[in-house]
Amino acid sequence: MDAQVATSTHTVPRMTAGVGAKVVARDCNVFYGEKHAIKMLNVDIPDRSVTSFIGPSGCGKSTFLRCINRMNDTIPICRVTGTINIDNRDIYDPSLDVVQLRARVGMVFQKPNPFPKSIYDNVAYGPRIHGLAQSKAEMDEIVMTSLEKAGLLKEVKDRLLESGTGLSGGQQQRLCIARAIAVSPEVILMDEPCSALDPIATAKIEELIDELRSNYCIIIVTHSMQQAARVSQRTAFFHLGTLVEEGETSQIFTNPQDKRTQDYITGRFG
Amino acid sequence: MTDISAPNAMGVAKQRRVDVTSAAAQARVRARYRSEARFKTYGLLALGITTVFVGVLLSDILLRGLPSFWQHRLVLDVPVAADAFGPPGKADVAAIRGGDYFPITKAALANAIPGIESRSAEKQLNRLLSTGAPDELRERLAANPALIGKTVKVPLLLSDDADLYFKGGETAIVKRAPRGIATPSGVNGEITVLTASNDFSDELITIKRALAAAAARTQFESNRLLKSPDKANQTRGTELAAEAKNLSTRAELSRGEEVLDDKVPSVLIEINGGLVKANKLGDSSITGEVLLPLKSTAEAKPADWKIVTFVTPEANRKVTDQEVAFLERLRSNGAVENVFNWRFFTAGDSREPELAGVRGALVGTALTLFVTLILCLPIGVGAAVYLEEFAPKNRFTDLVEVNINNLAAVPSIVFGLLGLAVFLNFFGLPRSAPLVGGLVLALLVLPTIIIAGRAALRSVPPSIKEAALGVGASHQQAIFHHVLPLAMPGIMTGTIIGMAHALGETAPLLMIGMIAFIVDVPQSFVESATVMPVQIYLWSDLPEKAFQAKTAGAIIVLLGFLFLMNGMAIWLRKRFERRW
Amino acid sequence: MSGIYFGTIALLMIAGFVAVRGRAHALASTGAVGSRLSMHSLPMYHGLLAATLVLLPMLIVYLFGSTIVTRWSEAQALSKLPSEVATNELARGAALRDVYNILTGKFQGEPSAVLKAAAEALRNSSSLGGWLVYGLGVALAGAGLLFSFIRVNGEFRARNMFERIVKVILLLCATVAVLTTIGIVFSVLYETMRFFFDPALKGRPTVSDFLFGTEWNPQAALRADQGDIKTAFGFIPLLTGTLLITFIAICVAGPLGLLSAIYLAEYASPAFRAWAKPILEILAGIPTVVLGFFAALTVAPLIRGWGESFGLDIASESALAAGLVMGMMIIPFISSLSDDVINAVPQSMRDGSYALGATKSETIKQVILPAALGGIVSAFMLAISRAIGETMIVVMAAGLAANLTFNPLDAVTTITVQIKTILVGDQEFDSAKTLAAFALGLVLFFFTLILNVIALIIVRRNREQYD
Repeated sequence: MDAQVATSTHTVPRMTAGVGAKVVARDCNVFYGEKHAIKMLNVDIPDRSVTSFIGPSGCGKSTFLRCINRMNDTIPICRVTGTINIDNRDIYDPSLDVVQLRARVGMVFQKPNPFPKSIYDNVAYGPRIHGLAQSKAEMDEIVMTSLEKAGLLKEVKDRLLESGTGLSGGQQQRLCIARAIAVSPEVILMDEPCSALDPIATAKIEELIDELRSNYCIIIVTHSMQQAARVSQRTAFFHLGTLVEEGETSQIFTNPQDKRTQDYITGRFG
Repeated sequence: MTDISAPNAMGVAKQRRVDVTSAAAQARVRARYRSEARFKTYGLLALGITTVFVGVLLSDILLRGLPSFWQHRLVLDVPVAADAFGPPGKADVAAIRGGDYFPITKAALANAIPGIESRSAEKQLNRLLSTGAPDELRERLAANPALIGKTVKVPLLLSDDADLYFKGGETAIVKRAPRGIATPSGVNGEITVLTASNDFSDELITIKRALAAAAARTQFESNRLLKSPDKANQTRGTELAAEAKNLSTRAELSRGEEVLDDKVPSVLIEINGGLVKANKLGDSSITGEVLLPLKSTAEAKPADWKIVTFVTPEANRKVTDQEVAFLERLRSNGAVENVFNWRFFTAGDSREPELAGVRGALVGTALTLFVTLILCLPIGVGAAVYLEEFAPKNRFTDLVEVNINNLAAVPSIVFGLLGLAVFLNFFGLPRSAPLVGGLVLALLVLPTIIIAGRAALRSVPPSIKEAALGVGASHQQAIFHHVLPLAMPGIMTGTIIGMAHALGETAPLLMIGMIAFIVDVPQSFVESATVMPVQIYLWSDLPEKAFQAKTAGAIIVLLGFLFLMNGMAIWLRKRFERRW
Repeated sequence: MSGIYFGTIALLMIAGFVAVRGRAHALASTGAVGSRLSMHSLPMYHGLLAATLVLLPMLIVYLFGSTIVTRWSEAQALSKLPSEVATNELARGAALRDVYNILTGKFQGEPSAVLKAAAEALRNSSSLGGWLVYGLGVALAGAGLLFSFIRVNGEFRARNMFERIVKVILLLCATVAVLTTIGIVFSVLYETMRFFFDPALKGRPTVSDFLFGTEWNPQAALRADQGDIKTAFGFIPLLTGTLLITFIAICVAGPLGLLSAIYLAEYASPAFRAWAKPILEILAGIPTVVLGFFAALTVAPLIRGWGESFGLDIASESALAAGLVMGMMIIPFISSLSDDVINAVPQSMRDGSYALGATKSETIKQVILPAALGGIVSAFMLAISRAIGETMIVVMAAGLAANLTFNPLDAVTTITVQIKTILVGDQEFDSAKTLAAFALGLVLFFFTLILNVIALIIVRRNREQYD
């Protein structure tokens, strides 16, 4: 295993962004049992911008995303080495509490997964478990603001007590985003948030992501290169568990440094 | 850093970030983790309680039941008189089988414990043997009539109470060496034993304590009854109060002789090869009756005689002091043997616990389950195949499906009512017969088999059927040649589980009369029979303590079969499980 | 008789199969109708068809014939007996038993001449009827054989005909389950109707006496002319007794079963699961008669002993003992059904909750349980239905006294106990007491039916939600 890691080191480019990045990964490896899913990954992700991870299926981009809020902890055979820092604090430090980490790093999933509760309770769930609101009025305010920010308030304000599962797919996904931002995370992870949605719903979500970037560090995994080009400021290209190239979105799409990146964005494989 | 836009109106200042650093926040997180740990503990606790229950249940049954697989016998030299079965040398097998064996066993017992004079003691001695005691002797004589006129060493079955005594728990026996020299006044009948020192003062204290304890117990019971509004209870309570007062007076009376009764521990004296039971107890003398005759009235030195206490009062045990004396004597003579109780597996039911066996119930169970199996396996598989492969999807099949699922949850006693009303009253089939039991159980487990069969058929991927249809097989050929064989392990697993369910079922069989007391082993499907669970129920209802052990023993046999069947199902599932 | 009959079936089936298949085979291979392929069906199907055409008619003839013959020959036997025997149900049953015992040689002592004559009549008529049935069966089977033998030719679609028959047989198999339900409903309903409305029945209560009466004392109805019928069949004490024991059982099994299921589904490692699940399966497989024995001999005295040490007066057949053990019985039901529904909650729900920083227990309590609520409710309903219908535990550990009480330390009785008590032993089918058991059975059936159907509908809806 060590030999493998050593050989792959020189193929991995070092970080390119400046100091003060929000999320910093150094020599990060992920194993699923025997499978080496992420190899010696180094990346810096800046705050208040959208970074997209692209790459063919199975390249490890979702795996790495799930490392950032330690969702991989729920898979018993998964093992992570190296460091991932958020604000210079190692999130795999044993003294760090995963529950509090996840309050700071929100996540939106591929398939909308609203809880089978009312719309209000869906959004209020996070603030409630973390004790964010002292009173009912405060909670109302948090829920309203979050729905407003997710651009859903207008559509649902008359049926806040109806079940969240009764909404359309796009609305459900925006509800999930509202749920995520209700606890005001610093980082929002989005795992192909539009892949289960139709183009109109997708456009709304993309618009929302663009609005949100002024306040959050957003990391989005996407299969659509157009989407990456539209919403993100920086793009990282993953291939076979390694980070091939990372940089400004415009640069990656117009002038990729690596042959593999070029092949991928021109559609030669993937 | 690239492209940082300025915070907008709903900027950082207004954002309510989750506070992770303050003391309050830390405390909140700690509380959340405590609640997490608590919740996890509840789950583990629930599983723990369930496990403990299963453990207690199984070990309770084992502890109660295992002794019933052994039984005690007396091995005695039995003199068989030459003319016991008619004129000497003329006895035929029928006469031997039909002969009266009581005089023979009586003589054998008299030889084993000589010198018994009182009629009551003699009666108690003979009662130690089971009514089935001469069975073995009878068989030997029938096989070899030449033994008549000789003395035969043969095992004789003990009665259930004697057997229970040897299995323990009836009473503890304490023996103590005295200090003084004792002199008995006779060798038989009512005698007095005097001792040179106050040897019995300890026993006297023990008796007084026992009296005090009995008084307290009686008083408690009396108080309880007096509180009850019931008239009869009130009366009984008043009686008990008087009795308690009487007892406590006796306990407090400091000196003098104490008259012993069957509510206090028995005090006995082992002297000159005999045993005397005390009726009156003083500090230095006892008066009582001889249970086992003494050899002489000679003085006994302290080392040669003993004070014996049977701790459990006579009223609280099944065997009298006299019987205990006989049994202990027989044991010390080496006449008692403990052997595996084969009769439990080879005999039918009986009113005598030591003679009762489960063979009749086992055969009845086998016959009943055979009927169940040959009915419900083909019908269940047929129904599953039809519903899964041929049935049109419409409201009717929907109804059939709900109906089958509901039938699986209908109380089993209702199936018994069905059997009673339809099979017995309408079709006039015989009561108590394995045929009817099998029919009822078949209807009972049919839903289980259909549900398991459908699941098994569904788990076979459609591509197999399509492949068969693709080469020109008819729909039925595709199913019967390809799909059904692949589903068979699943169906068999379901069937075994269903049969295990049927094996443990009791209530519906009570309804169709399979509860009769049946001594004979059933020979056919229409004869009266009983099955294991019903046998267990019948025995559990009987008052004899020995039947409790028999019940638990029968439960062990039943559970053994059940574990075997379930084990087989698990093995089948493991062996043939296929992931597609 | 039956042996000969079934032997004949087997023999004719084999003979028909071999003969007809042989003929078809010969026809196919001699090329009498051209090449082998020109036969529509394989020779085997001709043979199978022949065997089926023997089996089906003979089975049907046997099933109906033997019932009719039994009835007829018993009637013949009874006609030889005095007329008062034939009209009195008890005497008739006893006389028939005697007659059968004479025929099987088990009769004790010397039978009377009348009985002998009756036995003779029974023997003659049943033997005559038996041969008639046999003749009819063989004749029909012969016709079937002849038909399939003649029809062996290239065009005859033996396979299609055979498959049509098989399909009808399969349909009949599926109908058995429906017939069972119909049989239950009708048999129970019919006797219940007699219980309430049969004018010939002495001492029958009205429906409202039954449903709202507060005293249950069916023995009183035996002294119908003097007894107070109004108070003999009051159903309320049985209902409260049943509900009390069921309530105790659910109080035990609900938390234990549900928490066990949650632990097994959400916390336990696969290795732990592999150990813990079989324990629940063992519990599920223990026959209720064993649990009843345990309840009566171990748990009840234990509870009584504890009660005494606290100065409480606990009945030796207390509802508490029966309820506790019944609760233990239904733990596996609740836990395995709940385990299934908890596992059916999609992983994305858990992910959504964890991603917000919820702990496991918060996720379980606030997301998973609400999502699985329908399934859990239906698991509880099925468990309640199981507890209400359970017989042996209460028969052995609960009493017979119909006390109208909610005190778990008192003895109560249940519907199933009363059904069992009334129907075990000799019954006469024209007494109100016997029929009362069927009325109780009807109530029991409908209670459980309603619970089961609601639970099944909830489960089905739940399944659709996540499919």
